[in-house]
Amino acid sequence: MTDFTQNYHPPRRSFGQLALRWLLFALLGLFALFYLMPLFVMVTTSLKSLEEIRTGSLVALPRDVTFEAWSTAWSGTCTGVKCEGLRPYFWNSVLMTVPAVFLATLLGAVNGYVIAQWRFKGANLIFAMMLFGCFIPFQVVLLPMARSLGILGLAGSIPGLIFVHVIYGIGFTTLFFRNYYVTIPAELTKAAKVDGAGFFRIFWSIFLPLSLPIVVVTVIWQFTNIWNDFLFGVSFSQAGTQPVTVALNNIVNSTTGVKEYNVDMAAAIIAALPTLLVYVVAGKYFIRGLTAGSVKG
Amino acid sequence: MTEWLERHVPKMVLAPSFVAVLIFVYGFIIWTGWVSLTRSKLMPKYEIKGVIQYERLFASPRWDTAMDNLFIFGGLFIGISLILGLFLAILLDQKIRAEGVLRTIYLYPMALSMIVTGTAWKWIMNPGLGIEATVRNWGFESFTFNWITDPKMAIYAVVIAAVWQASGFVMALFLAGLRSVDEEIIKAAQVDGIPTWRIYSAIIIPSMAPIFLSAFIVLAHLAIKSFDLVIALTGGGPGYATDLPATYMYAMAFSRGDIGQAASSAMVMMGVVFTIVVPYLYSELRAKHD
Repeated sequence: MTDFTQNYHPPRRSFGQLALRWLLFALLGLFALFYLMPLFVMVTTSLKSLEEIRTGSLVALPRDVTFEAWSTAWSGTCTGVKCEGLRPYFWNSVLMTVPAVFLATLLGAVNGYVIAQWRFKGANLIFAMMLFGCFIPFQVVLLPMARSLGILGLAGSIPGLIFVHVIYGIGFTTLFFRNYYVTIPAELTKAAKVDGAGFFRIFWSIFLPLSLPIVVVTVIWQFTNIWNDFLFGVSFSQAGTQPVTVALNNIVNSTTGVKEYNVDMAAAIIAALPTLLVYVVAGKYFIRGLTAGSVKG
Repeated sequence: MTEWLERHVPKMVLAPSFVAVLIFVYGFIIWTGWVSLTRSKLMPKYEIKGVIQYERLFASPRWDTAMDNLFIFGGLFIGISLILGLFLAILLDQKIRAEGVLRTIYLYPMALSMIVTGTAWKWIMNPGLGIEATVRNWGFESFTFNWITDPKMAIYAVVIAAVWQASGFVMALFLAGLRSVDEEIIKAAQVDGIPTWRIYSAIIIPSMAPIFLSAFIVLAHLAIKSFDLVIALTGGGPGYATDLPATYMYAMAFSRGDIGQAASSAMVMMGVVFTIVVPYLYSELRAKHD
């Protein structure tokens, strides 16, 4: 857009421009270091022995690379009473996240389809009410939800967590699909109706095939949010059903025994790997979800 | 019959989600609001006793700290993230060849759980082994950076980690905004010999007011809900120096067994979110009708 190097200035300013350009790269590089530093420190610390951590520098590369901390974090470190590492909790998170993402996305797709293409009286009010649900601080539903899960027999269980994540995910998924489907001309639905296609037929044969981009955005958004969730996880789980974020926090903040910083860091990276991987592989869609969640319309 | 069905299928499809939202959002807000007016302790009671819980809340020094922290944390977190995000977006907007890579680097913290962020920064800011120890080893013996264990400074340690996590996201928002400014206007200004900084301050930045607003809303919302980061980084401590309303609420609900206090603090949080989000949502939805 604006460019320091373009040549509409008299040539005598070119030295200043060159200096500016260098300053620009220096600043960009410094900020890149700022954002990368914690990841760098996490990775290097996780590869050091405790001895090296105590004697060495925070920012130094490991002298002897050891993966011991990683295997301890994965299958040996203690969370509270049990000492079986992060592994069971990692699988808890998988078991919780996959169905919750699938259900919330599916519901969001049909809801968005109805609100965008089958407008009826009150549909906009319903949409506004669902949208508002995205913005409440979840603290306001924690207490009644804890009791309701008890009544439903889902207290402290993974299905209970799935239920909670689906309920409070619907607002966002509906928003995503609604905003996507609203851009598809209504004539398409009308023509299909004239041809005798019904509600589900039109959804299945016309809208779903068009939906791949928004499905990807929604799945990534939901996956990141649910995998990274801590509040619901810590409130509605019990020993054995905790998601990986809760287990990680228990490992890091446990006060018994020797503090194993390398294991803490390895555990943190393990807990972060799935969402980081998604970000690296599908960053474009991740950003689209972020901006769609904040800039509506 | 089939015609009736055909006409009502859309409503029937939407109905379960709508009912769920009615119960689990609105019903639950009412429940919490109701309980906040009772003397509930370990178990909820439903006999309304007036605003006694709110009186207790506002008289509590711990809640006072939590609200003060929210304003300090929220103000700094939002302010720094906005400025840093805008600054980075402008830097990246100078036709940089490595833009894609840099954008990826600036934004990746947003993909992490706040628990992971908290764990990493807790280690980095650990006085005995982290930055402080490292800089001392370099020969600066009197260097101190012990914010995380200093009750007066710990909340600023939370700000650092939170800015690290969210500023890249603000950058992405602003960068998208910078790219959507009409290039013709900018070219015209350049031809007229207007310096670049003036083009930014007089043309581009003012045209991005809506993005400032969205970014502000998202950041404010993140600040009010901040819970995981404080838990992982400081656990609310030292003492309750870094308590936020969210951690206060959680402590009351799940470790102190004081449901009345939990409910009333949740309702105050709700009120804060309301005053920020409702006007925004209202204007967004209205703009769409016009």
